[in-house]
Amino acid sequence: MPAKKNRDKGDRSATTADPIPATSEPEGPPPPESKPPVQVLYCGVCTFPVEYCEFGSSLTRCKEWLQEHDLERFNKYYSEEALHAKIGTLSLEAQSKLEQDTAKKEAKAEAKADAALKKKMASQVTIKRIERNKRKHVTSVHGLEAFGIDLKKAAKQFASKFATGASVTKNPQGQEEIVVQGDVSDEIFEMIEGEVGILKGIPADNVEIVEEKTKKN
Amino acid sequence: MFKKFQSSTDISGQTPVKSSVQRSIRSAVLEQWKIEPETLEAVWPKKEGLVLVKCREHISIYTIHGEPIFFQHFDGPIYPTLRLLHKCLALYPISQTHSQRLTISLTDPYILPMVRVDRGAIRFLLAGAHMMCPGFTSKGGYLPPAEEGLAAGVPVAIHAEGKEHAVGVGITKLGTEEIKRVNKGVGVEIVTYVGDDLWAIQSL
Repeated sequence: MPAKKNRDKGDRSATTADPIPATSEPEGPPPPESKPPVQVLYCGVCTFPVEYCEFGSSLTRCKEWLQEHDLERFNKYYSEEALHAKIGTLSLEAQSKLEQDTAKKEAKAEAKADAALKKKMASQVTIKRIERNKRKHVTSVHGLEAFGIDLKKAAKQFASKFATGASVTKNPQGQEEIVVQGDVSDEIFEMIEGEVGILKGIPADNVEIVEEKTKKN
Repeated sequence: MFKKFQSSTDISGQTPVKSSVQRSIRSAVLEQWKIEPETLEAVWPKKEGLVLVKCREHISIYTIHGEPIFFQHFDGPIYPTLRLLHKCLALYPISQTHSQRLTISLTDPYILPMVRVDRGAIRFLLAGAHMMCPGFTSKGGYLPPAEEGLAAGVPVAIHAEGKEHAVGVGITKLGTEEIKRVNKGVGVEIVTYVGDDLWAIQSL
């Protein structure tokens, strides 16, 4: 890699021959110099610059979005003539194949999104009360991340709510869970049910409370 | 480089950059890119502190207010992120129609030298494939003419036929003249492209 750097430096000096006229060139038409950077319009659905939506996996939705937000550009990219101009260099069959591919991709992406949603809805949150000592417990909450909750923030919220220690730890299976000191399983359940703070979007049916006792012989 | 990138596992730490180091980065950027100091000032004001985000495999991303603006592998060339590239392009007058754009774009002062792939290649580019030579040499593609030819290992902005915004940032694997001659195999390696995991990160 260091060698690459040297090489790069080398050809930089070779190419600087043209940047010099290039840098002096914009002075010819001076106005754009001090303008603040302009934000390019990105699609609200697929986040691509709008002209690349056609290659994304949600073209129909992107089209709707653009039509709603910027009719001018919508007409620019999706009007009859624009579509016609686009075909330009491609042969007709290549074009139809491309269209088929896009449709297929879209269907696939939709199915994938559906499956992801289903999986999310099916995933369980487990609140486990673990006996640490005869009268003392810790509570571990597992599975929050499936609902898009930041575990660190959730732990912080638990800690400040219950005024105890709460941390994100890895369990023996290598998955991350929140361990809260003290027996607060019912309270946590209520918090999830009441969607307190950042604990949002978890159906109460998916939450289960279990108890684990350390077996001491 | 960023096809698979997870901010939770691939980032090892964030530190503010010392102002002396910032100065050297600024001068390196000005040296490496075709960028006006005023333009750079607009996207990276002097007062704003740069934050260095260290990632796996010696990738460092530099952010301002959490927004990635450029990145570097080891101490190789500094690449702009695509969003930055788009922003800087928008600084320059953009002509209205497609056909005009195609002719004008070639002389516009881009911060990276530009190459263009034909329409057929966009699909593969957006899937993260390296760009093959024929994509540049065919009718819709564009390479700088011989007198401005690029050597191998130069960062380039990859544009696409009929589009005004850059679709990727890459590094040339062969010199542009060589690409024209060989016309086979990988010509430009993709560093980042629209829709990859770096693109997905709006802020760190």
